[in-house]
Amino acid sequence: MEKNNEQTLIQEIADKKYEYGFTTDVKTDIIEKGLNEDVVRLISYKKGEPEWLLDFRLKAFRYWQTLKEPTWGHLNMPEIDYQDISYYADPTAKSPVGGKQGDIDPELMKTFDKLGIPLEERMALSGMAVDAVMDSVSVKTTFRERLKEMGIIFCSISEAVREHPDLVRQYLGSVVPYRDNFFAALNSAVFSDGSFVYIPKGVRCPMELSTYFRINARGTGQFERTLIVCDDDAYVSYLEGCTAPMRDENQLHAAIVEIVVMENAEVKYSTVQNWYPGDKEGKGGVLNLVTKRGHLRGRNSRLSWTQVETGSAITWKYPSCVLSGDGSQAEFYSVALTNNFQQADTGTKMIHLGKNTKSTIISKGISAGRSQNAYRGLVKVGKHADGARNYSSCDSLLLGDKCGAHTFPYMDVQNPTAVVEHEATTSKISEDQLFYCNQRGIPLEDAVGLIVNGYAKDVLNKLPMEFAAEAQKLLGVSLEGAVG
Amino acid sequence: MIAEKQYIELYEQCRGMINEHSAALLNEPREQAYNDFCHLGFPTQKLERYKYTNVAEAFAPDYGLNLQHIDIPVNPYEVFRCDVPNLSTSLYFVVNDRFYDKVLPKASLPDGVLVMSLAEAAIKYPHLIEGRYGRLARSSKDGLNALNTMFCQDGLFIYVPRNTIVERPLQIINILRADVDLMVNRRVLIVVENGADVKLLFCDHAIDDHQFLATQVSEVYVGENAHLELYELEETHVKSHRFANMYVDQQRSSTTTIDNLTLHNGMTRNRTDVTLSGEYAETKMYGCVVADKQQHVDNNTLIDHRVPNCQSTELYKYVLDGEALGAFAGRVLVREGAQKTTSQETNANLVATDTARMYTQPMLEIYADDVKCSHGSTVGQLNEQALFYMRQRGIPLDEARMLLKFAFVGEVLDSIRLEPLRDRLHYLVEKRFRGQTMEQREQCQIHSSIAESRERKTEGQLSKCEGCKLCK
Repeated sequence: MEKNNEQTLIQEIADKKYEYGFTTDVKTDIIEKGLNEDVVRLISYKKGEPEWLLDFRLKAFRYWQTLKEPTWGHLNMPEIDYQDISYYADPTAKSPVGGKQGDIDPELMKTFDKLGIPLEERMALSGMAVDAVMDSVSVKTTFRERLKEMGIIFCSISEAVREHPDLVRQYLGSVVPYRDNFFAALNSAVFSDGSFVYIPKGVRCPMELSTYFRINARGTGQFERTLIVCDDDAYVSYLEGCTAPMRDENQLHAAIVEIVVMENAEVKYSTVQNWYPGDKEGKGGVLNLVTKRGHLRGRNSRLSWTQVETGSAITWKYPSCVLSGDGSQAEFYSVALTNNFQQADTGTKMIHLGKNTKSTIISKGISAGRSQNAYRGLVKVGKHADGARNYSSCDSLLLGDKCGAHTFPYMDVQNPTAVVEHEATTSKISEDQLFYCNQRGIPLEDAVGLIVNGYAKDVLNKLPMEFAAEAQKLLGVSLEGAVG
Repeated sequence: MIAEKQYIELYEQCRGMINEHSAALLNEPREQAYNDFCHLGFPTQKLERYKYTNVAEAFAPDYGLNLQHIDIPVNPYEVFRCDVPNLSTSLYFVVNDRFYDKVLPKASLPDGVLVMSLAEAAIKYPHLIEGRYGRLARSSKDGLNALNTMFCQDGLFIYVPRNTIVERPLQIINILRADVDLMVNRRVLIVVENGADVKLLFCDHAIDDHQFLATQVSEVYVGENAHLELYELEETHVKSHRFANMYVDQQRSSTTTIDNLTLHNGMTRNRTDVTLSGEYAETKMYGCVVADKQQHVDNNTLIDHRVPNCQSTELYKYVLDGEALGAFAGRVLVREGAQKTTSQETNANLVATDTARMYTQPMLEIYADDVKCSHGSTVGQLNEQALFYMRQRGIPLDEARMLLKFAFVGEVLDSIRLEPLRDRLHYLVEKRFRGQTMEQREQCQIHSSIAESRERKTEGQLSKCEGCKLCK
């Protein structure tokens, strides 16, 4: 390939605007920067929370104060000043929280329309209910009534605390306790909004449930909390999407997702993560430091994580599964793409405790520009996990000689009947494949797109259709021309 | 810093004595190492490379140290009852940390080849040691290097001059011998000059029923176009602790094969760091671990591809029984610009009981795009179908299991290029699986099996033994 041609293509990509980088001019109620017990109390007060939840927050906060930020990731993390962040921003302040649709600021409606997430049910894609969260507050949840008829609860976690306190109290922190890690403790202390899903026994959720997270206000962080409980024999597919405006400061996003899966139940959790990745100099971008975990409690329960990670300056997350139910099955499919100065240290943990449990890990890393992309995963087989089976496959694709691709799998096996396999490869796009495409008149950029999409196909196939199309587009946008 | 305290105090008290019984070149870096050790202490399990071994615990007991260089009354050639002048290895002994030079093999080495005491070499051939000693094994990088540099007084020096081919393998037997619990700090320096070719076989033994703690730091320099085959076989006992750090530096177009076999031991921790500093260099690393009871084996490797066009292969296999704990962590680092690197890393493990535990961690860290790197790792058990097939044909279950285990590690053993050694090891491993303990054997396995291999009518150079008492 002619060098010049390549250079221009790379340039085009680097100059490509982040599509969702606009800001919304809406009056937002932001509390003062800083973090102390009063702030935790204030957040709790603003959300009108019961005493037990405030206690939970305070315990978490006190514990967080004893911790140090972890440094073991393969990341070059900018120093985070936790006192320089505002922990609560409410763009719906103009109208009473939880008011009718008519009360939502039209600016907000417009914003979500622009993001392709229409909040009016008649306009919405059929078969998908959306909970739209901006900054610290859930703006609107669609199709609630229809879901309610089937006994499904789908609302923001703040509403759930008010309306279904017993359920929330029973499950909150049961999968990711506040003592889990530094960011989990921080989130437990200051979490704002997120979604709550409860699927009752034997119900198959008729539509995709989805939460769309948007950071808008400057100088804030987003600390969402999602809790999904899928009772016996139930099924739900849940999607998560996220974007943020372009800013030259780093914005912090420290979320917790907890999933409880009961007997014979199945949960599919898909993420297309497209937070602002920073500019081509590596300035700005969202720090995405997330704890996600599912607990497969019941027999024959199933949980599948699918993630497409294209955004964020730093991604540090390990969606995990604790397989305690006998015969439970977990899957993890991931495509992580890093470009420019992005850094990702992501993977999963599969903890086999029950008998005859199975897990599959398929991870595809793609690094371009000067980015660093690491897979880190743990497969642990406990003493009593007879017949546990794991298969992991991690492939990395390198586009360019300045980027890095790393694989750090950990395996800890304590049971003689377990079978654990791991394989990984690292390579660049094959010259032969490119040549073959070129020969048939497919230009370089399209050829790379084709090959990368083919490479990520195993994972993209696992996404619900609407998301798969978006993810495919995203991969294309981030990769055109980035051939090394 | 509790475990460290006794060593720091010991050093402070015995500085003079340590220096007196060593050589100036070895004494030089001692103070720096002391400062580094005070600063670093023992590596903790919070360090990524020491996750699976509790170092401080192993060093906590009060071991004796032979700092005064008191002569240990032993003639290893006699102890081993195998004085084998016609054997096709040149046999040397290192007793604890001292090179045994009272009796040397009669076979002469090619001109210029040195196998001798490190302290002596530091006096006689300082130009060969200077600039090499302590260059790869930095005391500031690892607390164990610091401790070893602080206390080591002697060890082994092997030098193969330019374009010299040593046909006959050099066999070095490390013997741990003491009447009390003993700590040994051994140092090994191996220099293979440009175009030279040598095969080394190290065997570790403990001949007394005491607690032993041996630290060994080896620095290996492999010159351009040089070829080195290095086999390490550990056959000590359950009371023995081994901490071995080996650093290898390879120049252009050199090849190195490192084979690490642990059959009998107490606690073993091997760290092997290979740096490929010249293009077209090739490294092969193999490991085989057979462990039961409460054996602990932790192999930690790093292959550092600094330049383009190098190749590395790694294959480690573990068979764990009883309450054994096995750990393997292998990291392949491909630095920026090290294009056209090929690397393959494999770790396969058999866990036979629910009390045994295996940790495996094959890692790739890659900063160059035109590379082919892969790793694979498995933990599993014996194939039921294969067992069934054999039992169907009248092979008892235990025998069938043994055959499968043997076949499993066979892949590693087959990588040994020294044919007689390969045969011998096949035999040794088979014996190991049949549950023979060290107590039942009295002498060096490599040698004792000569007689048996005769019985089995295997051919091979090593079986030409004519001199030892056993054979007579």
